[in-house]
Amino acid sequence: MTEDILALIKENVVQGRVTQDDEGLEEEMVGQPGVSELTEKALAQGISPDDIIKRGLTKGMDIVGQKFETKEYYIPDMLASAEAVGVAMEILEPHLAKSGIKSKGKIIMATVKGDLHDIGKNIVSILLRGAGYTVKDLGNDIDPQAIVDAVREESPQFVGLSALLTSTMIHMRDTIQALAESGLRDKVKVIIGGAAVSEEFAQSIGADGYGADGFEAIRVVEALSVQ
Amino acid sequence: MARQGVVVEPYQRLKLEQVEQIHRASLAILTDPGVVCFNRNAAESFGDHGAEVISIDQGAAACWLLKIPEKIITDAVQSAPKVVKLGARDENNCLILDGREPRVRFASGSEANNWLDVDVETFVSKRDPGIEVDFPVFRVEKGTVDRLARAARLCECLDSWDSFLRTLNIQDDDITDDNKDVNKFFASLNNTTKHVMSGLTELSQLSNVVRMSEIIAGGEDKLRENPIISFITCMVKSPLQLINDTTQKAIEIAKRGIPLVISSAPQGGSTAPIREEGIVAQINAEILAGIALTQLVNKGTPVLYGSVPGRAGMVDLYDSYGVPEFNQYNIDCVQVARYYGLPCYSTGGVSDVRVPGIQASVERLFSHILVTLAGPQYIHYAFGLLERTNTFCPVQAVLDDTHIGMVKRFVRQPTVTANRISESLEQIRRVMGTSHKLYVRFVRSALHSGEIAPPYPFEGKDMVDETLLRARDRMEKILSLPPPHIAKEVVDKVFQEVPGLLTRLRN
Ligand code: B12
Repeated sequence: MTEDILALIKENVVQGRVTQDDEGLEEEMVGQPGVSELTEKALAQGISPDDIIKRGLTKGMDIVGQKFETKEYYIPDMLASAEAVGVAMEILEPHLAKSGIKSKGKIIMATVKGDLHDIGKNIVSILLRGAGYTVKDLGNDIDPQAIVDAVREESPQFVGLSALLTSTMIHMRDTIQALAESGLRDKVKVIIGGAAVSEEFAQSIGADGYGADGFEAIRVVEALSVQ
Repeated sequence: MARQGVVVEPYQRLKLEQVEQIHRASLAILTDPGVVCFNRNAAESFGDHGAEVISIDQGAAACWLLKIPEKIITDAVQSAPKVVKLGARDENNCLILDGREPRVRFASGSEANNWLDVDVETFVSKRDPGIEVDFPVFRVEKGTVDRLARAARLCECLDSWDSFLRTLNIQDDDITDDNKDVNKFFASLNNTTKHVMSGLTELSQLSNVVRMSEIIAGGEDKLRENPIISFITCMVKSPLQLINDTTQKAIEIAKRGIPLVISSAPQGGSTAPIREEGIVAQINAEILAGIALTQLVNKGTPVLYGSVPGRAGMVDLYDSYGVPEFNQYNIDCVQVARYYGLPCYSTGGVSDVRVPGIQASVERLFSHILVTLAGPQYIHYAFGLLERTNTFCPVQAVLDDTHIGMVKRFVRQPTVTANRISESLEQIRRVMGTSHKLYVRFVRSALHSGEIAPPYPFEGKDMVDETLLRARDRMEKILSLPPPHIAKEVVDKVFQEVPGLLTRLRN
């Protein structure tokens, strides 16, 4: 029974199905439970969150990763699967705390002031959620002060900033300064990304990390987590 | 006389019935789900004219859901001019864009951050050090005012390049958001006598840009008669959102009656459905909403139907221009614009790859040919763009000019007439009567009148591809010509009246 449902979770992660209304890659999956329904069901059956994560979600994501490496899967597949895992993690979150498992960490994401480009930031958010992080996405065109407020309220370990315009990347520096002025700078690691910025720019404004794409974002966050 | 472009027999990808289905789908989208609007003035305007306006809570920014009824759209389509004149410092370079006539003109575009220079280096064979070959190598530089001016000078001298749409994001240390507009317009206008088009960075600079253009055009009335500049406003954020800042810019520009492009740039697969009927129905709804706003603000404002549909790349969701679907989406939009009789600002000629070469040529020529065949009035992005619009390469622009020239020759209307047939029969009979049986004698009038294509100008002699080196020579030759600067008295007046201009731009 346990094995069956965990296998189904894994399979539906591979199929990238969040709910029963989603299509998968194989025919006629619509109507069958997706990752969120299956996760609820598994919890109801008393399966531990740890098992759901390790033997269901992560196993599924491993397969997706391999398929991505071998170019059988493309980025839309990867995002669909990551989204499914992200939603499952949200369902599991309250139970994780109860069973004493620490979440991987919380990240606040925002596209900086004056900038409306959010496709890249949204991709990064989905992938980070899929990797097990709790992501609070503030949206786009976000004032430094609003980011400071959110950091104060949410106490995240990370802040991820995105900018695509040469005229708005400067607000990343402003945001880092605002965090410093509010005494919050050493409470969070700031990582940045977006087509306008670079590793050098990240260093020049005193950010803790730079990611060229969503996968690098995960690597950077994981590397900073061990420090 | 206006620039003639080329008239095509439009390739119809969609049947009329399918165009109408798209039109109805767009109308349906405009009422359900409707359009999210972050600009209060626009929401009020639509509300005053019968749209349902529902206030919605989306975080900090005020915003409204607009359900736009068919009447607003049909009225707008009716009141928007079918013919839009884009003027030019030299009136012979103006463009008369008639939405009902498939006459195509070619323009540059993008606000590329990078400028790609082509250098020549000599390489020695490892196998046989006696063999030396010159090869192009590439150097990435930042967009600057000076490079923008150089691009404008190329535009001036390249025949297929009908209108100068700013190619570069100017990033000089002394350029700020507040002086960017006047400097990019001045650098462009001062270096080409063709039409100049650009986005507006700061609304507060609109008056300065307009004042500058009035002085250069010869006064307020002259500018109205001969609008030497126009604006692109990217007021839509797909899917279906009207951005506060650019929407306000569009409103202010429309009030002044300066020609403007209402453009939308959804990416099939990320910010629009990936299937053509989905993305085209959505982009059409987005553009119509924008056009409707301009007509509500100022009935009769000259607008271009700006369709920039792209397809998301499946490896990274970056925008992709080299894929076949890009052409399908764009051709469909041209047909939809023609259905409304609105002049279409379409898109073609961009490569996904970062440097000129085989992939770049295939990708750009693909859309240069296909989108031209559809017959839009104006194709932007057509010169020099690489790396998905992030890089402008002047040598590539020189190549594009030649290749577009070839495309223009190809799409010209056939000349099959009874007269020409009898001329041909006569030729055939005469040649059959000669001993050499060659038609060469009869080629000469077509050759010297320019009727048939000259040889490819960049072909090398040896077993190496010299295209880029030769195109680079051509570019350098053009850039050594005296620039078509504005008369000194006029420049003096511009510098007296318009704040923010960099003194180093003075001739
Ligand atoms: C789509 C798009 C738009 C859409 C945005 C839709 C949306 N929902 O985001 C719209 C139409 C609204 C738009 C508007 C404008 N745009 Co625009 N836009 C683009 C375009 C074509 C693609 C951007 C994109 O989504 N790429 C795909 C995503 C997946 O890539 P990405 O964002 O880089 O993200 C990846 C990485 O960078 C990284 N990453 C991103 N964020 C983060 C954050 C962290 C923490 C980390 C670790 C990593 C990371 O991971 C992501 C996933 O791999 C680019 C051109 C280009 N080729 O980049 C122009 C571009 C960015 N835009 C440009 C311009 C000029 C504008 C406008 C000013 C146009 C105008 N004249 O009105 C406005 C500005 C509006 C504003 N105030 O922001 C210019 C910018 C030049 C400059 N000045 O710097 C560009 C480069 C186009 C060009 N060559 O002219 N645009």
